[in-house]
Amino acid sequence: MTFMAKPNIMHPELPRNSRGMTRRDYEGASSTLCAGCGHDSITAAIVEACWANALEPQNVVKLSGIGCSSKTTAYFVSGGHGFNSVHGRMPSIATGANAANPDLTYIGVSGDGDTLSIGLGQFCHAIRRNLDMVYVIENNGVYGLTKGQFSASADVGSKAKRGETNKQPPIDPVQLAITLGASFVARSFSGDKAQLVPLLQAAMHHRGFALIDVISPCVTFNDHDGSTRSYAYAREHYEEVVHADFVPPAPQIAVAYGEGETQSVTMHDGSRILLRKIEPAYDATDRAVALETIQQRLKQGEYLTGLLYIGSGQPEFHALNGTSEVPLNRLAYAKLNPGPRALATTLAKFR
Amino acid sequence: MSSSDTSNPDYYHRVVDCQWACPAHTDVPEYIRLIAQQRYTDAYLLNRQSNVFPGILGRVCDRPCEPACRRGRVEDKPVAICRLKRVASDLKGALDGLLPRAPALKNGKRIACVGAGPASLTVANDLVPLGYEVTIFERHAVPGGLMRSNIPSFRLPQNVLDEEIGMIVDMGVALRLDSPIASLRALLDGGGYDAVFVGSGAPKGRELELPGRHETDRIHIGISWLESVAFGHVSSIGKRVLIIGVGNTAMDCCRSSLRLGARRVKVMARKPRGFFKASSWELEDAEEESVEILVKHAPKAFVVQDGRLEGMLFEQLEYEFDGDRVTRERVIGEVTIPCDDVILAIGQENAFPWIERDIGLEFDQWDRPVVDARTFQSTRPQVFFGGDAAQGPKNIIWAVEQGHQAALSIHNYCCGRAVTDRPASAVTLSSRKMGMHEWAYKNDYAALERRLMPHVSLKERFKKLDIEVELGFNAEQAAQEAQRCLNCDVQTVFDAKLCIECDACIDICPVDCLTITHGGDDSELRSRLRAPALVATQPLFVSPLLKQTGRVMVKDENLCVHCGLCAERCPTAAWDMQKSTIHWPQAADGGSTCQPAKLKTA
Repeated sequence: MTFMAKPNIMHPELPRNSRGMTRRDYEGASSTLCAGCGHDSITAAIVEACWANALEPQNVVKLSGIGCSSKTTAYFVSGGHGFNSVHGRMPSIATGANAANPDLTYIGVSGDGDTLSIGLGQFCHAIRRNLDMVYVIENNGVYGLTKGQFSASADVGSKAKRGETNKQPPIDPVQLAITLGASFVARSFSGDKAQLVPLLQAAMHHRGFALIDVISPCVTFNDHDGSTRSYAYAREHYEEVVHADFVPPAPQIAVAYGEGETQSVTMHDGSRILLRKIEPAYDATDRAVALETIQQRLKQGEYLTGLLYIGSGQPEFHALNGTSEVPLNRLAYAKLNPGPRALATTLAKFR
Repeated sequence: MSSSDTSNPDYYHRVVDCQWACPAHTDVPEYIRLIAQQRYTDAYLLNRQSNVFPGILGRVCDRPCEPACRRGRVEDKPVAICRLKRVASDLKGALDGLLPRAPALKNGKRIACVGAGPASLTVANDLVPLGYEVTIFERHAVPGGLMRSNIPSFRLPQNVLDEEIGMIVDMGVALRLDSPIASLRALLDGGGYDAVFVGSGAPKGRELELPGRHETDRIHIGISWLESVAFGHVSSIGKRVLIIGVGNTAMDCCRSSLRLGARRVKVMARKPRGFFKASSWELEDAEEESVEILVKHAPKAFVVQDGRLEGMLFEQLEYEFDGDRVTRERVIGEVTIPCDDVILAIGQENAFPWIERDIGLEFDQWDRPVVDARTFQSTRPQVFFGGDAAQGPKNIIWAVEQGHQAALSIHNYCCGRAVTDRPASAVTLSSRKMGMHEWAYKNDYAALERRLMPHVSLKERFKKLDIEVELGFNAEQAAQEAQRCLNCDVQTVFDAKLCIECDACIDICPVDCLTITHGGDDSELRSRLRAPALVATQPLFVSPLLKQTGRVMVKDENLCVHCGLCAERCPTAAWDMQKSTIHWPQAADGGSTCQPAKLKTA
C-alpha cells in the first residue's frame, strides 16, 4: 500500500507490443493492499500478460467478488470494463456478461474465500457451463480482510499466526475443477512470473473456462513459520511439473527444447501452448493421470504446479446453449426484439 | 559475478551523478533541498565548502553536473543546477560570523601564492583558517585572474567577484596587487616562504601565423583583447568583426564586440556543428544576439592593403564522417569575407617566463611544469601548482578543486607529513524513513519542465557593457526548479538477508530498474533485465544471493528516480531509503596543524 501514486514516467526503452503500447499502459490504480502482498504480483503478471497478448483495453472485462483478491481488478487495465459483484457471485455476473458479448476477454479474479466458501456453488457451475473466461484464484489460505482466520483452502496442520492449527481438510480448487470437467486447469505461484505470465496468456486464448489457482502469500497473516502458504514454504514445496509456453498464432517459432520433452497443444485461434515436461511421466492431456499424480504427490506434501490439465473439444457456453455468438449490441434491433408475434409463437411452444 | 561493493564510498557517490561529475564534488542535491526550504544562506554556505565561489560559478560554471544529471536521462532536460546555485547566492542573507576565520594563533608557516585567480584564492581559503599566513601576488591592480579579465561583466558582474574574493581576502590574506613575480628563484630564496603555490593561470593566447598577420593592428588575440576590454583600455571596435574559433572565449569575444559597436559579427568555425568547443548555452546566448556562426571555413590569410585590414581569406571545407568521427576533410573553394577587425580565439596556454629552468623544477617536452596529478606538487617539493597553470586551460571549478588538493598537500608538506598521506573519501548513510508512508524527503515525482532563465531584453542589454544579461531565477522559479531534483543522494539501500522475493518492489518501480534473476557477469546480466540497461557507464547494483532461491536482486542505477516506492512496498524493509553524505577531504580534514614555530597573535 502506498500513499504516493506511481509517477507517470517510464523507462524510455520499455518494449512495445504490436499495438505500440508498453506494460505501463495496462496498469490500473495504485494498490491499497499490504506491502508485499502476493496479489500485487499477480496483478503485475496480469498486466504483463495483457500487454504480451496486445489486448485492447476496452475489450477487457474485469470481474470480481469480495475480499482482498477482489480489490485487485482495480489495479490493472484501467481502460477495461469492471464489475465488483456480491461476495461469491462473480461467476453469475461473468455468465450474464459473456452471454451478451462473447467477443470480450473476461478476467475474473477471486480469492479462496470468495471461491471456495461463499462462492463454491457459483464456481462449480461456471465450470460446468464452460464459460469462456479466465478465472484466477488468489489463494492465500486465510481470510486476510477479516484478520487471518483459516479459509477453506488451508491445509491440515497449517498454523495460524496466533498459533492455532487448522484441522479441517482443504478444498483443492485444482482437483475440484478437473473433476468437474474443466478444460484448462493450472496452478502457479505469485512469486514465479516466469511461470504465471505464459499461463495467463494461454488462458486468455483458451476457449472455455480456464482456471489458474495461484498461491499468493498473505504477508500480514500467513507468511510465518508453520504456515503452508508462506513465500518460503511455497518455494520449498511447490514443484513445477509442466511448464507452459504460449506461442501466438502467426509465426512459426523455433523452439529450443529437446525432442520428446515438449508437447504442442494447438488452440482454436491457431495459437499454441508448448508444454515442457519437467517430469517426463506427467501427461497434462490425460485427465485421469493428471488427477492421480496430483493426489499422490499431495500425500507426500508436494503441490504440483504448471499447466496441470488441458483438454480440448469440450463445447463452451454458447455452443452448449445455442445462444448468439454475435454480441447482442451488434444485433439489429428487429432481430434482438422480434416483437409480440414472435413472442407469442415462442410461448405457444410451451403451452 | 560478485555482488556490488557498496562499502566503497565511490559506489553511492557515483549514484549522485551531479556530485560525481563535479570536480569539487559539490553536494548538489542537499543544497537544492535547502533552496526548496528557502534556506538560501545555508545553501550558499554548503556550496561554498566545496566550490568556494557559488555566486561566480552560479553564473559562469562549465556545469559538468548538468549533462550528468539523471533528470536529463529520465526526461529531456537536466535540473538547472547552475542557476539554482546562483539563486543561493542572490537570495542569501547576511553571512556575518558564518564564514571561516583565521585563528588568532598562527602556526608560523608562510605561503606565497602567485596569481590571484580561483586556484590561489582557494588555497588561501583552505589554509588561512588553519593558521597559515598566506600572501597572494597579483600582477594586475585587481584580484580575480581570468575570472576578472576574461569573463565579460555582462556575464559576471564585478560586484559578485568583489564580494566572493573579499570573503577570502578579509579572512586575513595579504594581497599584493600590481606585484608581478619576475623570478621564482628570488621568491624561493628571499621570501622566507615555507611553500609556494603557482596559480598563475594560462594567460597566453594562441597565435595564428598566416600571411598578413603582422601588417595591421586590427587583429587581436582573444584573451588579451577581453582583458583590455575588462580593464577599460579598449572601448570600441569596427562594425564588421570576425571571430576565429568557436570556444567559450570566442563567445565572449563576439558578444563583447556587439557591446562595443560592432554591427555584424561572424564566428568562423573550421568544423561543422557538433564539434564546437563552446558550451551549448553560450552558443545559444550568442545566437540569440544575432551572432552568425559560419561553419566549415578554415582561415588561410589576412587580406591587408596599405596597412588596412580589408578582410580575411578562408578555405571552404567539406567533411566526411563515420559516426561522430571525421574521416575526410577536403577543400572545395575559397572565399574572402570582408571585415574591420579579427579576434583570434583559438586557444590559450600557460607560460612561465618567470620560472628559471635551473632551480630543480622540471618542465616536460611541451614546456609545461611536471606536476603530480593528485598532489599538485612539482619536482621541487616546496612548489605546488594548480588551476590552468598546472594542467592547461580548464574551467574555474577545476581550478577550485585543484586548489583544494594543493592546499591539502601544502598542509601535509608544511607539517612534515608525506604529501601522499591523504585522508580517504567516505560516505555516511542515514535512513529517511519516518513512518509507514512518510519519508524525510519529498519523494513525489514532480512532473515539471525546466524553468527558462529570464534575460534582459535584446533592446536593453547592449546599452552598456556591464548589463548582466541573465536575470536569475526569483524565489518562485527557484522553488519550482528545485522540485525537479530527483534526490539521487537518498539512496536505495538493499539488505539481501531480509528479502523474501515477493516482487513487490519490481512491480511498483516506475522505471523498471529492478530485476530478481540468476547471477551472471555484468554485460550478460544487462541483456536480461526487465528493461534494457543500455548505458554501460551507469553501474548495476547486484545483491548478495537471496536466501530463498539463491537468485540476486539487480538494480540498474541509470534511471532510478529515487521515489522510494520500492522501500514503501517492501514488507520486510529490505529496501530502505538512506541519505548519503559524501565526505571529500580537504586541507581541514588532513592531519593536525603544525606546532607554531613561535607564537604570534593576529
